[in-house]
Amino acid sequence: MHRTRVRIVEDALDANNTIARANREDFDSAAVRVVNLMSAPGAGKTTLLEAALRELLPIRAGVLEGDVQGSLDADRIAHLHIPVVQLNTGSGFGGECHLDANMVRSALPALPLAQLDLLIVENVGNLVCPAEFRIGEDARVMISSVTEGEDKPLKYPLMFRACELVVINKIDLLAHLDFDLDRFLHHLDGVHPGVPRMLLSAKTGEGVEAFRAWLRALAARETLAA
Amino acid sequence: MHELSIASAILHTATRHAQGRQVSVVSVRVGPLRQVSADSLRFYFEIVARESGCANARLEVTEVALRLRCRDCGEQWESEQPEFRCPRCLPGSVEILTGEELEVDYIEVQEESECIAQG
Repeated sequence: MHRTRVRIVEDALDANNTIARANREDFDSAAVRVVNLMSAPGAGKTTLLEAALRELLPIRAGVLEGDVQGSLDADRIAHLHIPVVQLNTGSGFGGECHLDANMVRSALPALPLAQLDLLIVENVGNLVCPAEFRIGEDARVMISSVTEGEDKPLKYPLMFRACELVVINKIDLLAHLDFDLDRFLHHLDGVHPGVPRMLLSAKTGEGVEAFRAWLRALAARETLAA
Repeated sequence: MHELSIASAILHTATRHAQGRQVSVVSVRVGPLRQVSADSLRFYFEIVARESGCANARLEVTEVALRLRCRDCGEQWESEQPEFRCPRCLPGSVEILTGEELEVDYIEVQEESECIAQG
């Protein structure tokens, strides 16, 4: 009996990335652009989707809802008569805290891809794990709400770097908070220099049209950031 | 919980390369930009490796420093913070030299063959 060293030098997430590429090929062949929407719990992902998707015509959008358990978010989207599929991660070790490529792959048969231009995947609310796992998306959007504080880019650099667009939500609350927007943007530019950003309020609708325009442009492949 | 999924991914990679041999060491390199806690990773690895070919294998975590370089002035520096601003010519266009790693570097496996041990 003896020991042998085997050199590997391989990304630990290679297996996930391989499945993500397979998902991407399936999305490409169906001509569907895919957005991976990520944020902390309560940052307003579902509320923003409700506001944006209500008036997204002519784009045909669908939603894949990722949650540890339950279908509360999917029910909200279904009220808009938008195709929605719920994906629960709650099996095994208390439920996965993110979606990975394989989970998304398992949901593909339930999605009416042929009838969609755009699929928005609402990830599980979490500021760390979703950033590690590609799912075959064209672009990643992260939402940071002003109630979370201006230090978040410094605390969660992985997430703030793993995105092509940062949405700063709940700006209607700015007058009531100590949130220093300039400081937040300074931190954001330190962590992810020049990343496109949008300020909006999903609740009042202020700034939401710019997000719709961004989604339309992505769906039309006019600007493909990723 | 981040580390649980990553520990599973590391186990998957190590098991695939072990090709049925018992694994005694799994060595990984992790950069600070991956926000992985080495202690937590070792803890979860021990759990997910039970009843696998990596049971009782030691997970060695080498932490790689964040090294940055300014594309504009060529300055290179090591950073404790995830701040991508050149200290010399702010803001500069900064590239990452090291610090984004999350890779399985090597494994050590037990061989029962009679060939002469290597390395």
